Amino acid sequence: MKMMTMINLVRGSVMKIHGLSRASRCLAAEGGVRGLSSSSGPRVCIVGGGPAGFYTAQQLLKARHDTAVDVYERLPVPFGLVRFGVAPDHPEVKNVINSFTQTAQHERCSFHGNVNVGKDVTIDELRQAYHAVVLSYGAEGNRSMGIPGEDLPGVFSAKDFVGWYNGLPCNKELHPDLSCETAVILGQGNVALDVARILLAPVEMLKETDISQNSLEALANSKVRRVLIVGRRGPLQIACTIKELREMVNLPKVRADMLPADFKGIAEVLKDLPRPRKRLTELMMKAVKEGGDDKAEKCWGLRFFRSPVEVLAGADGKRATGIRLALNKLEGSGESARAEVTGQTEDVDCGLIISSIGYKSIPIDPAVPFDPRRAIVPNEMGRVQDTAGLYCSGWVKRGPTGVIATTMNDSFDTARVLIQDMEDGKLDLSVNKPGAKAITALLQTRGVRTVLFSQWEKINAEEEKRGRSLGKPREKLLDVDEMLKIAWS
Amino acid sequence: MSACALRVLLQRAAVMRKAAHQTFSQTRAFPQCVTGSYTYSRGINTLTNSLRAEEKVTVHFLNRDGKRISVKALTGESLLDIVVNHDLDIDGFGACEGTLACSTCHLIFEEAVYKKLGPISDEEMDMLDLAYGLTDTSRLGCQVCLRKDLDGMILRVPDVISDARVDSEKESSTAPPKV
Repeated sequence: MKMMTMINLVRGSVMKIHGLSRASRCLAAEGGVRGLSSSSGPRVCIVGGGPAGFYTAQQLLKARHDTAVDVYERLPVPFGLVRFGVAPDHPEVKNVINSFTQTAQHERCSFHGNVNVGKDVTIDELRQAYHAVVLSYGAEGNRSMGIPGEDLPGVFSAKDFVGWYNGLPCNKELHPDLSCETAVILGQGNVALDVARILLAPVEMLKETDISQNSLEALANSKVRRVLIVGRRGPLQIACTIKELREMVNLPKVRADMLPADFKGIAEVLKDLPRPRKRLTELMMKAVKEGGDDKAEKCWGLRFFRSPVEVLAGADGKRATGIRLALNKLEGSGESARAEVTGQTEDVDCGLIISSIGYKSIPIDPAVPFDPRRAIVPNEMGRVQDTAGLYCSGWVKRGPTGVIATTMNDSFDTARVLIQDMEDGKLDLSVNKPGAKAITALLQTRGVRTVLFSQWEKINAEEEKRGRSLGKPREKLLDVDEMLKIAWS
Repeated sequence: MSACALRVLLQRAAVMRKAAHQTFSQTRAFPQCVTGSYTYSRGINTLTNSLRAEEKVTVHFLNRDGKRISVKALTGESLLDIVVNHDLDIDGFGACEGTLACSTCHLIFEEAVYKKLGPISDEEMDMLDLAYGLTDTSRLGCQVCLRKDLDGMILRVPDVISDARVDSEKESSTAPPKV
């Protein structure tokens, strides 16, 4: 594991040099004369400092050498779901932070953390200060199950649970009760598998990651032995990707506990499936067949054709003690198959219920169109409907699906569309815009002080220092006030 | 021992090390190419350096815009190394920096060349399964290293079509049944 980190470091520096040389080439192309403040070039504002924001910025900076980009982020710390969503035992995915850092340090880019767009500053104010505004603020809400009992103690959204073990400030007091034997996760996407893996992984493995110390201690005392991952459709419709499934299969000291009946008829259709679906299904069937270490006291299992209908409370009615699942049958086949109830139900005893049925974007400013049904900002190729100069990228553009590469491509697309609009004259660039100068002054009158990227680097250094003393790559600060104190020290 | 056989041996050693490190759930992605940039162990590096012997071969990349980029690179370098070291302009290439955690260094090979490349690990296949425009001759650039017998090969950078993937990969929906 140490060696891996080392290789990542080597890689990181290689990438950095790569980026710098490109940046210097850009400089040469501009004659190296223009300073930011005297710029008369286009100014673009990006709302949200996660992958969508940084990939959009990266492409804008690359495609036009006169464009300045400012990224606004609500928290004092950058990188969004790469920091707060990616599982702590997936450090390799977090390598994208290296290129985001290069972007943030680019001479035509600036990062402004601790700015809550929609509250501290409105979208209209941003639109006045910039030639274009890109919404890249992601999906901070979650879909609710809409069933009785889902607000009972013992029921959590995966978003909050993930936020808890990843050190998201607003989830630090989640205190999930891990004293029960069985946990049920509703949903079978990669987030569901991340949660299952964190619940079952040996603590000695987790303690070398950047998992937050409070959750590590809670997990060390966890009594959870069995994690069931429930989906309303069948094995051929499972939403996770194969990497995450393979990680479950390979979990040490944990066995798979599946229901062979769920896989009836699957072997017959296997050969006609497209390669990714075929390999994923084969791996599941291998887990059904082999199960794994029989002596393992911990187990995980996929449960198909089941939908939640009610969270069951104990005798005192005060906390979740089980869940009632409706048994489904499939109508149709393939990706578009629908789950239909059969009328039968099944009760499962469990003290921990985590709903992982999807994230959801929420509107942040009444001036921005929002489609409540699809929970996205309505747009055409990233151009926000009926609002010239307003764009979107990432989950707020297309919904909360896909891996980081999906968001990367999608953000590059939005940036290309924006650049196209500049070249075609659809964006009026004839008027100079003040950009961050005006916005920072406005924020100051409202008592809002921003955190610049160099100030984030102080937080970063402190987190790495605290991590070192614990034998971890990083120990995240959980308190926003503490982050601010260090940033402005 | 021929250079090629030695290379295979080295790769096997790397894979074995990889297996040894796979104590945890995650895929520890050791690139199979052993070049000077990576510090596996001194022994391996020494072997590789003598193997490399400063041989340069030509690689042609067919970029998304249809333009051909040709570079001369050292044997032993991974294709990701080549893109990075030569500062080739391929958008978003190698996002996870060669750790088998994404599929952004996906490249498409000519069939004859593909056959020469040797076996693919399950972990590479897993990532390829998520790649845009997957073909039967697709590989990840971070997992393929340059050899003398690959001189002159043409690699196609696949087109990126954002809407190619369905909304099924990150979250399943377990919405309550219609009552």
